[in-house]
Amino acid sequence: MSVLEQTSVHPDGWESYGDEQQERVGFFTDTSVCIGCKACEVACKEWNLIPADGGAWTGESYDHTSHLGANTWRHVAFVEQEKPLVGLLEAPAAKPPAPGDKTALPSAAPGGNGGTALRWLMESDVCKHCTHAACLDVCPTGALFRTEFGTVVVQQDICNGCGYCVPACPFGVLDKRHLAPAPDLPAFAKEDGRVWKCTLCYDRLKGGHEPACAKACPTKSIQFGPLDELRERADARLEKLSAEGWNGAQLYGRDPEDGVGGFGAFFLLLDDPEVYGLPPDPVVTTRDLPQMWTNMLAAAGALLVGVAAAFVGGRS
Amino acid sequence: MSSVTATGTEMRSYYGRPVIKEPTWTWEIPTYFFTGGLAGASSVLSTSARLAGNEKLARTALYLGAAADLVSPALLISDLGRPERFHHMLRVVKATSPMNVGSWVLLVSGGASGTAALLELAGRLKPVKVLAGAVATLAGPALATYTGVLVADTAVPAWHEARRELPWIFAASAAASAGAAASVFVHPREAGPARRLAVAGVLAEGALMQAMELRLGKLGEVYRQGGAARFSWAAKGLGAAGAALLARRGRKSRAAAVLGGTLVCAGELCLRWTVFKAGFQSARDPKYVIESQRQRVERGGTKATTKPDTT
Repeated sequence: MSVLEQTSVHPDGWESYGDEQQERVGFFTDTSVCIGCKACEVACKEWNLIPADGGAWTGESYDHTSHLGANTWRHVAFVEQEKPLVGLLEAPAAKPPAPGDKTALPSAAPGGNGGTALRWLMESDVCKHCTHAACLDVCPTGALFRTEFGTVVVQQDICNGCGYCVPACPFGVLDKRHLAPAPDLPAFAKEDGRVWKCTLCYDRLKGGHEPACAKACPTKSIQFGPLDELRERADARLEKLSAEGWNGAQLYGRDPEDGVGGFGAFFLLLDDPEVYGLPPDPVVTTRDLPQMWTNMLAAAGALLVGVAAAFVGGRS
Repeated sequence: MSSVTATGTEMRSYYGRPVIKEPTWTWEIPTYFFTGGLAGASSVLSTSARLAGNEKLARTALYLGAAADLVSPALLISDLGRPERFHHMLRVVKATSPMNVGSWVLLVSGGASGTAALLELAGRLKPVKVLAGAVATLAGPALATYTGVLVADTAVPAWHEARRELPWIFAASAAASAGAAASVFVHPREAGPARRLAVAGVLAEGALMQAMELRLGKLGEVYRQGGAARFSWAAKGLGAAGAALLARRGRKSRAAAVLGGTLVCAGELCLRWTVFKAGFQSARDPKYVIESQRQRVERGGTKATTKPDTT
């Protein structure tokens, strides 16, 4: 079962492209410069012709799409916290920073605002294009495939809407598309029934362009490029933020040794992943599949023996 | 490396929203878990009965298995978002996808048991019938148990964490279903092994469920909450009543056998619903996803996050 081996840091299936294999590309989403403008959400919808959704007043800060799904391939999360972006976390504001305390940078207490420090975290979430992608592994039709760029894409002419990838994804990225009935729009008159997710703009990549969200991002919070290069850039950025004393700065999905073999689209976060609705330690479910098959064979054998045993002894 | 943001042990989440998606599957799927189990175990029951010289039981179990094998794909196709593309399941052979493997198993099992049943009805081509029966007997146990792997191979905590027990629970439930269904249609005189199978299946499955809930610890509570709890009580009540009836009166009274067999079958259907519902409940509440992962992180660390080197 070599296909199930999780040792390689290369995306499963990527190397089968031979001469057509391209450099592995992805996103580095640096949330420390995100301004929550949602240009990524809009650009994604426009380029990929995604039907409208969301638009509800959730009361959850400025978020109105709430989660990734069939019709939301970029989702900007908003988190309001009563803590400073930079500097002392639990410091009583009245107390001046101790001399030599390197966490208390000049910018740490903006205007010495007496314990009312507020930070507004924003994060543009997207499909992680995992190195070991559970959605791709469990897809029974082969509709989900690894592209020559190392990304994960659903072939819409193959997907039959079985929905297996939906609970298999440890990030809840994929979902089945449901549309409000629109009898006056023939294209949308029927339920779609298929599963949709971010394609990392496969069509744009083929044409030598960067994905729509990265193109539209005005602050370079969304950076597109070869994954190796992005990882270097992210390491440098983390070092800088750490030196400046930013609270909670951490990379998420950068390490190829994590439970999914590293993300093709990884992040710089300013708090733990779960604060943004992300799993703190995602694992590709198929990692345990070899043992599950063995276990199942044992149970099947027991069933065979158990039924036969019902005929041994006893009164008829 | 210390966590600068952890404040106490309180779980944090994004406005309490789920981390993973609930499955999109509807009522057809737990119903199929039942019919698939019934079909698989009935094929084995039929062959065993034939080898033991119990023709009456052999024939009935064969027909029951073939009928359940016929209903199963209909249920599965009806759940698809694009039912007309059901055959896309068979355009690849993929060991990493339990659903793909299951589609092939169902095709082989259904084809074999259907062929055997038709030839039995027609009374012709005995060698082919025997061969088809043998194939169905070998595919049957796989059909009855792979569904346990199917649900366990997801990010759904109540399913993935129960991956050790689920195929065994489904095997026991399938045995109970096949035995109970045969008890309904076969005269008590010839249905002894079927009754024993039903009673043993109910007992084994009850013990396995209990063991699983215990091993799951805190996560086990989803099996005792909401819809899962209601189905769980129904499964236990119907299964126990049916099994008791079969064991105590099933040998003498045809009516008791019919009622007992029906109750056990209903109980097994409820058991599949229990597992189905528990999965949804554990996916919906982010605490089941976050807390176990956070504990893992606190215990052994995680490579998913890279924190600045503070040394």
